Amino acid sequence: METMNIVVLIKQVPDTWSERKLTDTDHTLDRDAADAVIDEINERAVEEALLLKEAHGGKVTVVSMGPDRATDAIRKALSMGADEAVHISDAALHGSDTIQTAKVLASAIRTIEGVDLVVAGNEATDGRAGAIPAMLAELLGLPQLTHARRVEVEGTEVRVERETEDGITHLAAELPAVVSVGEKINEPRYPSFKGIMAAKKKPVTTLGLGDLGIDPSEVGLAAAFTSVVESAPKPPRGAGERVEDQGDGGVRIVEYLAAQKLV
Amino acid sequence: MSEVLVLVDHVDGAVRKSTLELLTAARRLGEPSAVVVGAPGTSAKIRESLAGHGAAKVYVVESDTATDLLVTPQVDALALLAERTSPAAVLVSATAEGKEIAGRVALRTGSGWLVDVDDIAADGVATQSVFGGAYVVKSKVTTGTPVITVRPGAIDAEAAEGAATEEAVEVPVAEASKPVRVTGREPVVAGDRPELSEASVVVSGGRGVGSADSFSVVEELADALGGAVGASRAAVDSGYYPGQFQVGQTGKTVSPQLYVALGISGAIQHRAGMQTSKTIVAVNKDPEAPIFEIADFGVVGDLFTVAPQLSQEVAKRRG
Ligand SMILES: Cc1cc2nc3c(=O)[nH]c(=O)nc-3n(C[C@H](O)[C@H](O)[C@H](O)COP(=O)(O)OP(=O)(O)OC[C@H]3O[C@@H](n4cnc5c(N)ncnc54)[C@H](O)[C@@H]3O)c2cc1C
Ligand SMILES: Nc1ncnc2c1ncn2[C@@H]1O[C@H](COP(=O)(O)O)[C@@H](O)[C@H]1O
Repeated sequence: METMNIVVLIKQVPDTWSERKLTDTDHTLDRDAADAVIDEINERAVEEALLLKEAHGGKVTVVSMGPDRATDAIRKALSMGADEAVHISDAALHGSDTIQTAKVLASAIRTIEGVDLVVAGNEATDGRAGAIPAMLAELLGLPQLTHARRVEVEGTEVRVERETEDGITHLAAELPAVVSVGEKINEPRYPSFKGIMAAKKKPVTTLGLGDLGIDPSEVGLAAAFTSVVESAPKPPRGAGERVEDQGDGGVRIVEYLAAQKLV
Repeated sequence: MSEVLVLVDHVDGAVRKSTLELLTAARRLGEPSAVVVGAPGTSAKIRESLAGHGAAKVYVVESDTATDLLVTPQVDALALLAERTSPAAVLVSATAEGKEIAGRVALRTGSGWLVDVDDIAADGVATQSVFGGAYVVKSKVTTGTPVITVRPGAIDAEAAEGAATEEAVEVPVAEASKPVRVTGREPVVAGDRPELSEASVVVSGGRGVGSADSFSVVEELADALGGAVGASRAAVDSGYYPGQFQVGQTGKTVSPQLYVALGISGAIQHRAGMQTSKTIVAVNKDPEAPIFEIADFGVVGDLFTVAPQLSQEVAKRRG
């Protein structure tokens, strides 16, 4: 491989530290209720792409589909060191499901020429589908090497150590390919002051559905293949009994468990 | 009655419990047809257990290459059978691999997909719990063949008689299935403890446990209670316990009858993976730890004195 042309998929999500809500009107994510941040797993995806670029040379393009304010997440990735960005933003995308999201992302990736590697997070903290990378492999006709805890590129081959509840699986395929990274893959770098300044000048292309040749009627809430019948917040859990250990803490717990018929 | 395709998850010639749960859910929607993708001889080993959980049919998709490839053999088989049998639904376990298979099958068949389902009703309406159990959502598939991934442990497996009539199926490799070679496997060695996502008791340790060696305190309590061991991300990151046992936002979601948190502060991301547990017990030396806000019974104290005493008391009662 001469140099690598890498695409990183990043998603802006509600901060897991804040309270996350669904809207009462259409059961979609209430994006105004919580602070929005780049999903932590996507910082790791950017980091891995940057490491590959540092080892092999090349370019890292960030792709994100989301509302206007997703530019903050994009700037973060650019300030870490990504070279340029594509932001897919269109009012008609509101309420898109996983399937539509995968199709739109695939169309956007196709607009970038000569892609060698698509790097994504393994699972988003809001939707938790954990399948967009596999679905992109399906749509783009590329091999999927997902849930990586280690990624290696040698020549035209990519090798991955996949880690899931089933254990470790060693995978190999020819480039181009789709890779997704897990939480244990790396520690993302902090943007430097220089990086933050440089990010302001990096090119961000904004694409609407028209630019991708997608009809607005094919996406969004109304066109989704699934529909929410109802949604309701669960009543929050209250605190129960709390005691100081006086040397009998273990005994007290057993007494409690026995009263609940749990032992 | 229409068929319901159930992808069989198997390991070492045994059916995973989550598949038996899927067969149980499938019976509410129609007649379960188990789909076995694997090396030659797989179906022969597991047919009986599928029959014992109501499988009317078993589609046998066996080949030498099935285990050398990732995900695509299952996708090819399910997509082909979905087209051929027009089933009421396709059910897959919501594991990392199951979700990847389901997403691709939904795309290939032009169908809707419901991701992390806790329950399914006869009319196909599924219940999901989102944002770590903060919301309960009911939804249904409106287009195509419903593809549904069910959270392991969410539905109780019930035995039922099924004919389990075998039918061998030849599945050509589809064009979209770009090969990924599996060059090696290091499967998780199943220990004597129940599986984390399916255990009725989970005992988890956090950073407060302090070291990998002292995690034996957590394991001993888990064993006394007949439960599984879990860990916070801080405990995993510090190398106290392996990553596949992580509970929380980016780890496993568990909802056992009893969850015991030892030396875990109860950060919102940890709570996201365990707050739907029936009963929560916490031991922490900090009276301000947020875990106490959701614990049914909390002890402010040192886990190294409280947990061993608890293990002993439980053993005495069980003794
Ligand atoms: C995007 C994202 C995803 C995340 N995903 C997860 C996840 O999946 N799972 C997860 O757990 N976390 C997750 N986290 C991390 C989470 O924010 C917390 O950092 C983590 O849960 C803290 O783990 P802990 O409670 O073990 O450690 P700490 O917060 O350090 O708490 C240790 C506790 O142990 C107590 N303690 C110490 N010694 C003793 C003793 N001898 N006896 C009794 N008590 C003692 C202390 O009082 C303290 O409360 C995530 C964070 C982010 C940003
Ligand atoms: N709207 C989006 N824009 C860009 N990337 C996305 C988007 N949704 C999902 N992804 C990518 O797919 C990964 C897995 O997401 P998911 O399958 O939704 O859990 C994320 O970590 C991102 O890398």
